[in-house]
This record gives sequence, C-alpha cells and structure tokens, in this order.
Amino acid sequence: MSTTAQAPTETPETPPGDERLAGSHHMAAVLRRPEVGAAVAALAILIFFAATTESFKMPAGASTWIFTSSSFGIMAVAVALLMIGGEFDLSAGAMVGTTGLTTGILMTEYGLNVWISIGAALALAVALGVLNGVLVMRTGLPSFIVTLGTFFVLQGCNLAVTKLLIGKVSVTGFQDVEGYFSGQQFFGSFVRLDLGWLPWVTADDSPTLTIYAATFWWVAVTALATWVLLKTRAGNWIFAVGGAQTSARQVGVPVFRTKVGLFVTTAVAGWLVGMLSLFKTTTVQSTTGVGQEFIYIICAVVGGCLLTGGYGSAVGAALGALIYGMVGQGIVYQNWDNDWLYAFLGVMLLGAVLVNNWVKARAEAVR
Amino acid sequence: MSTAAGGTPTDPARSETTGPARSETRELGGDDGSPALAGTPAADAPVLPPKGTPIIEVVDLGKSYGSVIALRDITTSVRAGEVTCVLGDNGAGKSTFIKILAGAHEHSHGKFIVDGVSRNMSSPRAALALGIATVFQDLAVVPLMPVWRNFFLGSELTKGVTPFKWLDTQSMKRITKAELSAMGIDLRDVDQPIGTLSGGERQCVAIARAVYFGARVLILDEPTAALGVRQSGVVLKYIAKARDRGLGVVFITHNPHHAYPVGDRFMLLRRGRSLGDFPKAEMPLDELVRMMAGGAELDALSHELERSMPDSDVTREMRAEVSGA
Repeated sequence: MSTTAQAPTETPETPPGDERLAGSHHMAAVLRRPEVGAAVAALAILIFFAATTESFKMPAGASTWIFTSSSFGIMAVAVALLMIGGEFDLSAGAMVGTTGLTTGILMTEYGLNVWISIGAALALAVALGVLNGVLVMRTGLPSFIVTLGTFFVLQGCNLAVTKLLIGKVSVTGFQDVEGYFSGQQFFGSFVRLDLGWLPWVTADDSPTLTIYAATFWWVAVTALATWVLLKTRAGNWIFAVGGAQTSARQVGVPVFRTKVGLFVTTAVAGWLVGMLSLFKTTTVQSTTGVGQEFIYIICAVVGGCLLTGGYGSAVGAALGALIYGMVGQGIVYQNWDNDWLYAFLGVMLLGAVLVNNWVKARAEAVR
Repeated sequence: MSTAAGGTPTDPARSETTGPARSETRELGGDDGSPALAGTPAADAPVLPPKGTPIIEVVDLGKSYGSVIALRDITTSVRAGEVTCVLGDNGAGKSTFIKILAGAHEHSHGKFIVDGVSRNMSSPRAALALGIATVFQDLAVVPLMPVWRNFFLGSELTKGVTPFKWLDTQSMKRITKAELSAMGIDLRDVDQPIGTLSGGERQCVAIARAVYFGARVLILDEPTAALGVRQSGVVLKYIAKARDRGLGVVFITHNPHHAYPVGDRFMLLRRGRSLGDFPKAEMPLDELVRMMAGGAELDALSHELERSMPDSDVTREMRAEVSGA
C-alpha cells in the first residue's frame, strides 16, 4: 500500500510530458528529423548494391566507396551548414584545388616546410571565405552570384597561376619534400582492418578493409557540425539567419558574424579536403574540385536541407554524400555506363526537393 | 510566480490558468533562484514599481524630419499596471510615436521622461536597457524553429566554459513552458515549430518573451491588426495579463473596440497631432469611436460594427466593460 502512495511524489528527471502528446512522441520526433529520408535511401542503396554485385560488399570494394563518400561528405556537411544559414557557396569545389595547389607549389617550388605550406593554404582559405562572406553581406547580392564569381576567378587562377609559376598544370614530387610524411600522418594515413570473418569473404578475396584518414575527418566533422547546430548558440543563430534574417537581427543575433563564419567554414572544409587529396594521391591537378560544387549541394539537399535555408541537418548531408559515394561505385561494379550516375543524381535531387518542401509545409502548417 | 520577470507581487494569471498548466506552473515554482536563472536578463530586471506609478511620461513631444513635422504636442503617460492606448488612423503618426518610444528615432521637441529622468533615447538597445521592449508586427520569430528556441533566440542560456559552451536546453524548455502558462497559453509541446501556432499564440509568445527578458514597458504595435475577431480577443486577454503582472503597456491600434476593453488611458492621434489624452473615466466608448471616426462617419461605422460582429468575444467584453464603467 505504501508503495502506491509514494509513487506519485517521485518527480521524474525530465519535465512531465503533456498528456495530449501520444506515447509515441519520441518515435514521431525521430521521424520528423530532416535526415530520415536520406537514411532510408542510403540503407536501400546499400542493400541493393550489396545484393546485386559481388565487389560492392567485399572489403576491398567497400574501401573505395567509403573513401569517395568521405571527401565529398566533409564538403557536403560544411555546405549544408551554409545552406541552413540561407546561402550557397559555388566556390567550394575550386577551393579544394586552390588550397591543394598552394600547398603543393610552396612545398615543391619554394622549398617551404610542409606545415608552413599547409598553414599558408589555410590562411588563404580563411581569407577567401571572409571575402565571400563580406561581399555577400555588404553588397546584398545573392550568394549564388557572388560565389559563382569567385568560383570562376579561382578556376582561372588555379590554371593560369600554376602555369605561370611552375610551367605545367599539375604539381607532383611531394615525396622528396622534407617533412612530407609528418603531413601524411594527418591527412594521408590509413588503417587496415581484417574482415576475413565476414561470411561472404572467401579465401580468394582480399580480406582487408582500408579506412583512410579522410573517413575519420569526415566522422569528426559531421559530429562537430551536429553538435554545433543543435547544442550551441552558434547553431541556433545559423538556423535563425537562414530561416528569417530580419527577425534574427531584431532579437540581437549577430547576422553578419554568423554568415561570414559559415563562408569561412566551407572554405576551411575545402582546405581540409584539398590536404586530404594531396597527401593521399601525392599529386594535385589544376582542375581538382572543379565541377563538384553542385554535388556538395545535391548531397546536402538529399540530406534534408531546404534550398531556402533555415532547415536541414549535418548528419543528413553526410548520408547524402554516402549515397553519392555508394551509387558512384555501385554503378562501376554493376558494369553500367558511368554517366548514369548523373542521371541518378538529378532524379535524387528532384525527389529530395519535393520531399523537403512537403516536410517544410507540414512543419509550418497550423496544428 | 517565481520565474516571472522582476518579481511580480501578485499573479492573478495563475488563478485563471487551466488545470494541467497550473500544476505545471506550481511545480516549477519550486525552482526559484536556481542557478540556471541567475544571470539571465530577467534576473537582472528592475523590480516593477507599484501600480499606477508613471514609468514613461512624454510632455509636448514632437518629431520633425527636416521641414516635415511628423508628430507634435504629444502628452501622455505610461503607468505600471495600466494600458495606454494610442489610437489613430493610418498616417496619424502612430509609427513615429512608437519609434520614439522604442528608441529607433530621437524626438526633436518636448520631453521624454523615464522614471522621472528626462532622456534622449539614441538606440533600441538604450530603450531595452531601461526596460522598454517593443513587439513589432512581424513579431521577430523564425517560423521553422521550435517555440523554445524562438523564445530564447539571441539570449540563449548556456552551460560550460568558453569556447565549449553548450545550450541549456532543459532549462530553456522549462522556462518557456512556465512563462507561457503564466500568460495563460498552454502549449502541448514547446518543441513544435512556432509557425504551427496561431497568430494570437505567436503574438503571445512574443509578448511573453519581452516580459521574461525584463520589460517594464511593453509597446505593442498593432497586435490585433492581422487577426480575426476571436484571435484578437485572445491577444486582448494577454494584454490584460501583462497589465495584471504590473507592466506598463502601450497598445497601438486603430480599432477603438479593441482598445476600450483593456485600456486605462486613451491618446488619440490625427495628422501627427494629439486630440488629447484621456483617462477611461472621462471617455465613454461611443465618444472614443466618435473621435476616431471623426464624428460624421460615426453612425455608419457603429452600425456596421454592431452588424458585423454582434456576438464576438470582443463585443461582449466591450459591452460588459461599458456597463461596468
């Protein structure tokens, strides 16, 4: 008897739920997250290619698509933050090339220390990010136009300046640079996992799954971005400046600082991917990254970001990149024509935009 | 009402809240002075003066932009626990008057006295520091963000040490829910996007936010303008709640039928001039309508109003108010 009398006085840790909310509240909250669609699609694609091709599910095959997803994923997450903040960055792809070339040329042509070269490229990326942000905020022009401009400038400079300085369009020969391997520790190393125990891996197959540094960076960047978005003031401000900039300004959100910070974030992500690619492949082409800016945006949209800003998720963008990586490699393993990838991306993009708009309309509807 | 800004002496709001909301509020009452609340703007807010004390007085206030005289000879007061209604048609100078009160524009003539001290308000921030908060028509909310994130937007509560500060989500949700129930709005879920609330409820969140962040004077710019009759009634109720908590309220409207039930003092504007500043005792409703309508159009207007909304909450409240006065 005494237990029944005491039960109501025990106050729960969390505030008591409202009785008008159904018991399945937590499940419903999970299903309302922007990344749910991308998670379901990623799972379906994983199962499809694993079931229909031999190489896709083998450790060696998986190593490839995990790596592809990783470098796209880092950029997609940064671009997603920017899109949630209501802006685009079309120069993000060319930034990968610019930072890679800067580091490479400083190391090989000018004999600078590897870390100084990496630092110089980072400083350049930050400066370009600030330039993008300040131009967008000061001129009031759409970021689509402003960053299209910087994209073309970077694309041109990547070729012209490189040819001017070293007389060719790619930088190689890093291995001879002193200290190169300390940089490689951070950006180009990998771990090997023995997955020979998997039931479908036979004795004839290579049992080694190679996970490159890029993948660890990808996971770290996604986790950090998610934490910032959902658990910090900066994250609150990112949603606010993308959702309703005037309102955000009226309640004291530092709009200028938030947006410039986001442009710097995509530029720094470009630098990170530039370094990852330089130290893994030991060569940088002048055209590196060009043409990928739209893929980052597609990954972010597939991951649930609204093109109009104010809504989206970092995990979703990471999943969007995973979808891109899996499909890109899955098509190869299927022996289909590579160009189908683009057709598929277009369909995914349209589908995702429709789903996102539907989700948004539902979220805004008066209940 | 422990979580309320500035330690309101009495809280009539509580007796009116519905069952679940009341128990919620009472339970939260035990958290008075919890560390989470210390250091928030509300905790620093000055204590509200007793009811009837003038907080803002304006004397012969005027504003001219070059040779254009937008406003002249405005005299009125805003008192704690009272509602000062500013009535006027479009172009009467209402927005200029709000902008002066809110600190967005400096006045060019007359006196603007806050707490007995003559001031020249140079920025909205300065007005806010004196406890004068303005709720503009667009409410400054972000539709897709949850109610609690909107409530604390720009003034988020955090835990931890710089640069690793994180949001104190639990406290913010708890305070939002408690503050809203103190205003008589009982939300199912403070996690729902604010865009899912009705216009009146959104207005209420904006009012509750201003109250929580230390407002002593609340300036409401046409809060009922975009709302239907029922929703307008809801907003009028919140205005009364804010008044009962001891705030001075400036209620700007062009609708005398909205102003009359909640107003204690009426200041009428026409063509940038004041038609006078009247306490409620000296101003019956039909006179207020007559002055607003400019006399000649009165008959047609009142007829139309009676016909268009005879049974609405607003009209009923208005009738009761008239017979009571």
